[in-house]
Amino acid sequence: MAVDRRAEVLSATDVGRALTRVAHEIVERNSGVAGLVLVGMQRGGVWIAEELARCISRFEGQVEVPVGSIDVSMYRDDIALRPVVPAAVTDIPVDITGNTVVLVDDVLYTGRTVRAALDALLDHGRPRAVQLAVLVDRGHRELPIRPDFVGKNIPTHLSDEVDASMTGVFVVSTSIEKAAGKRAAS
Amino acid sequence: MKHLLSIEELTTTQLTSLLDLTDHMVEISGRPVPKVPALRGRTVASVFFEESTRTRLSFETAAKRLSAETMTFNVGTSSVNKGESLRDTIETLAAMGVDAFVVRHKSSGVPRMITEWTDASVINAGDGWHQHPTQALLDCHTITRSFGCGNDLSGRTVAIVGDVKHSRVARSNIRAFTMLGAEVVLVAPRTLLPPEFIDWPVRTADALDDVVGDIDVLYLLRMQRERMDAALVPSLGEYSARFGLTSQRARQLKHDALVLHPGPMNRGVEILVDPADLPGSRILEQVRTGVSARMSVLYTVLSGGSVPPTGGAE
Repeated sequence: MAVDRRAEVLSATDVGRALTRVAHEIVERNSGVAGLVLVGMQRGGVWIAEELARCISRFEGQVEVPVGSIDVSMYRDDIALRPVVPAAVTDIPVDITGNTVVLVDDVLYTGRTVRAALDALLDHGRPRAVQLAVLVDRGHRELPIRPDFVGKNIPTHLSDEVDASMTGVFVVSTSIEKAAGKRAAS
Repeated sequence: MKHLLSIEELTTTQLTSLLDLTDHMVEISGRPVPKVPALRGRTVASVFFEESTRTRLSFETAAKRLSAETMTFNVGTSSVNKGESLRDTIETLAAMGVDAFVVRHKSSGVPRMITEWTDASVINAGDGWHQHPTQALLDCHTITRSFGCGNDLSGRTVAIVGDVKHSRVARSNIRAFTMLGAEVVLVAPRTLLPPEFIDWPVRTADALDDVVGDIDVLYLLRMQRERMDAALVPSLGEYSARFGLTSQRARQLKHDALVLHPGPMNRGVEILVDPADLPGSRILEQVRTGVSARMSVLYTVLSGGSVPPTGGAE
């Protein structure tokens, strides 16, 4: 029998603080918000992109940073291996050509989803630059991809699952028997 | 889902997920470069034993937007005319490496037979009087999205007008509309209703005037001129008088009623007004949606693998 152990690594307050810091870092790195577009990756990244935009407009005053969402299902490299069902329809409200796009996701793991997102994004235009912001980096990269902004680095076991939401970040560890074959998860 | 042979075989959940997936394909189709790499390396062969340029082009466009390779088997110039059997034709093409066959045939049941001869997916693009499932899918998408009612047609009435008996479009659509909760009324001369309609969950009406003011969707079928030869209707003029969409009947339609037609239209027979003058006409929208709906079907039958989906974060 598999036993799940669910450990809180970030509380709701911690998540709020981490996102506020990331929002500041984004503005600092880009010397302001001009030409900035936040694009959340479906599904987990969308609420974070919206939250970051809220933070930025709170401390930068009257600015509205455009927020979009992108579904990367059609660009994944594992479509032939498993059923891939898209989430919500891609919605990028502004032309990204010439702008700086910050891709936003909840958990960075193998990097394969980010690779797909880069391809998907480039089909919508030619951004001046693309940066990556994640709430959690759990390691185990399979591609040469690195985040620009990280809420929290959390070392994990391959068989762990990371559950990130506004209410906190939890690591769910499962016993070895149940974990077998979960490696491909990405 | 490995094949799409008939709407009858779909669960309501499968039907609604195909409709939801079509929303994604509409978004892709609206981009400056309407192409995604989803089905790279897959080959889709269209095998039309009965010519239908628009359906074939719609499927081929759909395959190309998903980056699949396309292969067209042209019956007119093929060895079918030298006496090659259907099975040999399919097995020959399959040996070239085909992942999905899109099949149109004048005999009902041919797409199902083909599934027994090949490991590839088979999509029914119309077989005899039996089924035309992608037409039903694009019609359901066009209607539900025009009304903005999600995937729910309950409380709405759809009138299907014309030659129901010889219509695979009608058979697929009656099932699909009913699955989404719509009430279906068949409006046709008795000679053009199939005997089995008694068992269908539908009402019937003997003239378009009886229902035109009460319906939410007017679905006109193509009236095939060759039916005249079989003496199933006295004359095209008489058919138009009772079942054609005249400008007078168009004025009686509800203000938000939709008018659909699977094409090609017989102007002057089933439709006597210019569709461009009908605010509720969705006839060109149907053609546009057709490509997206077929993308959704190709993606669904070709993307699935045996590895279960993962719920884990990345």
